[in-house]
Amino acid sequence: AYRTDEGQPWVLPVVKKVEQMIANDNSLNHEYLPILGLPEFRANASRIALGDDSPAIKENRVGSVQSLGGTGALRIGADFLRRWYNGNNNTATPVYVSTPTWENHNSVFMDAGFKDIRTYHYWDAAKRGLDLQGLLSDMEQAPEFSIFILHACAHNPTGTDPTPEQWKQIAAVMKRRSLFPFFDSAYQGFASGSLDKDAWAVRYFVSEGFELFCAQSFSKNFGLYNERVGNLTVVGKDADNVQRVLSQMEKIVRTTWSNPPSQGARIVATTLSSPQLFDEWYANVKTMADRVLLMRSELRSRLEALGTPGTWNHITEQIGMFSFTGLNPKQVEYMIKEKHIYLMASGRINMCGLTTKNLDYVAKSIHEAVTKIQ
Amino acid sequence: SSWWSHVEMGPPDPILGVTEAYKRDTNSKKMNLGVGAYRDDNGKPYVLNCVRKAEAMIASKKMDKEYLPIGGLADFTRASAELALGENSEAFKSGRYVTVQGISGTGSLRIGANFLQRFFKTSRDVYLPKPSWGNHTPIFRDAGMQLQAYRYYDPKTCSLDFSGAMDDISKIPEKSIILLHACAHNPTGVDPRQEQWKELAAMVKKRNLLAYFDMAYQGFASGDINRDAWAVRHFIEQGINIVLSQSFAKNMGLYGERAGAFTVICSDADEAKRVESQLKILIRPMYSNPPMNGARIASFILNTPDLRKEWLTEVKGMADRIISMRTQLVSNLKKEGSSHNWQHITDQIGMFCFTGLKPEQVERLIKEFSIYMTKDGRISVAGVTSGNVGYLAHAIHQVTK
Repeated sequence: AYRTDEGQPWVLPVVKKVEQMIANDNSLNHEYLPILGLPEFRANASRIALGDDSPAIKENRVGSVQSLGGTGALRIGADFLRRWYNGNNNTATPVYVSTPTWENHNSVFMDAGFKDIRTYHYWDAAKRGLDLQGLLSDMEQAPEFSIFILHACAHNPTGTDPTPEQWKQIAAVMKRRSLFPFFDSAYQGFASGSLDKDAWAVRYFVSEGFELFCAQSFSKNFGLYNERVGNLTVVGKDADNVQRVLSQMEKIVRTTWSNPPSQGARIVATTLSSPQLFDEWYANVKTMADRVLLMRSELRSRLEALGTPGTWNHITEQIGMFSFTGLNPKQVEYMIKEKHIYLMASGRINMCGLTTKNLDYVAKSIHEAVTKIQ
Repeated sequence: SSWWSHVEMGPPDPILGVTEAYKRDTNSKKMNLGVGAYRDDNGKPYVLNCVRKAEAMIASKKMDKEYLPIGGLADFTRASAELALGENSEAFKSGRYVTVQGISGTGSLRIGANFLQRFFKTSRDVYLPKPSWGNHTPIFRDAGMQLQAYRYYDPKTCSLDFSGAMDDISKIPEKSIILLHACAHNPTGVDPRQEQWKELAAMVKKRNLLAYFDMAYQGFASGDINRDAWAVRHFIEQGINIVLSQSFAKNMGLYGERAGAFTVICSDADEAKRVESQLKILIRPMYSNPPMNGARIASFILNTPDLRKEWLTEVKGMADRIISMRTQLVSNLKKEGSSHNWQHITDQIGMFCFTGLKPEQVERLIKEFSIYMTKDGRISVAGVTSGNVGYLAHAIHQVTK
């Protein structure tokens, strides 16, 4: 979760404002939402992902399912795919997740019933970047119709994203081999500070004519973590197909949670549908993104100034909340035990944990770990 | 071509269809008796005062929005368990239970169903009363369980077929799962009397069945939260380690906030910890962690003495209004000159009433009087007001005389 420079959680000012508006509106009550969710939320959420000028929206071939966070959106999508994709109830369809990936991806698809979950190459530890050749090779060899879970931006946990040129290559292979793109978009806006930039990959795939799913989370970019605000965007060939897909997703939702929670969706819908509130929100998002970007550049410059062995450009080339530092397990243990800095054994740090007050200490500690431990 | 060419259109929801048709109707006297939500005597949704107060308290505390634990808000789950089991419950005091927050009743039922699919080794069969809430069947089916039934409602008397139920339950294979509505049976409104619950408990114990209680109306049925939880507590006292799904949609009017809980009564606190760890493993790949708002409101209400007192009064108020509408409906039918026995309308309890009306009669009510209900003759008493109960009685008499 995001932290301020004081190391505190941050409720976005625009969220506080909108919550007050909602509390003061006596015409509102706590009645059930429709099964697929609050209509104004669904439309706005998908519009954010696909862009105001999205041809798919204009052509009326976009569907949306309000879900319990990004996880809930992934799960509804996974349950639907297991029932209806590549035949009926084809649990043998391979599902590919990146190496590494958010560990819950595996569980979501397993519990949805898929029996064959595989990995595709992603992180190249030696060069501390994307293993594009490995990734493309895995896609070439994947059975036709395999499902690929793609991180739309700010890859979790590596922070390493394909460039637009690399995304184009990925899309070309996926199209040729009839692979299904399932995007996980948990950081739109939060990663670069730009909604459009962070949605580039998803929109490119849409423009290439793919049918795809995109699981969206508003946990980070709205700071609404515990309200569980998410959206599954469905892009299909035409309105008729999308309508039938949604009708079946409705059946899945009905036996999972019946209808989604109201509060978070109201906050997001109110914000996104008001030009003024939208601008305020955008500024709040940029505040968060900019702080993380600042911490990245400050950490990198300190490490380079200290002359810490190795290259550190990956710290600023990576994006989003997390960074794969490249520290090995022994160095991580040193950081934890000797310096009381907590990070994952993978070397992943949460950039939100950095503040102007602790930057020096963290940089020095990394320097020590790298020079003392091999 | 599309990946989805072969995807069939899902069948329309029967209850939604009722509301859609109601909305299109221009008759000023129209009534929507399909609605599964409480309405006040003006036919409007009712936000409880204690809810408004809790919301104001929460707003003033300026809390953050950090993720809840996977199992939910601890103050909420503890209070939910205490509400269901009773503060003097041995099971509650000893800690031999686990309660996780669920997405209202449906989400809690589904967590339980998934848990049983994974860990209940002796049977795939879940026995539902005939009839049961329409969503029970697909929930258990999607969780990978099989559905069976036991006799429950007697259409000839519009009441409980107790001997039929006991007979069927006596034949359920041992170590199967039986689902019971704790109070205010949905859709019939027919509940066993306490004496009958005692016999049911003895039979369930004899057959060594896992009793799965669905309690969506505690307090909302009789107006008394302890009375409505009597069956749940009796079973536990008889040594039956039940599992339980609770909803706060109706009794706190928190419908869209999705406040609910799933409880497993265990042998001891250690078993409870192990069960809890497995429930979390099931929840995480569904939605990671539950929504805060409804649970926070419910927790403030249950844990703040003044608010709790106010809530008990308000929930009794809702239950009393429903009971009064039942009474008025019957007396109005008598005034219309109906010779039928309508006693079941006041014998039944909770939001719903199985009127006993046949499909043709329901059809006429819809077409001739703009009174909307489901084809099985079920009405939501919550949709009846002192302003329209006369009209309803008149219409029912017209189609049944």
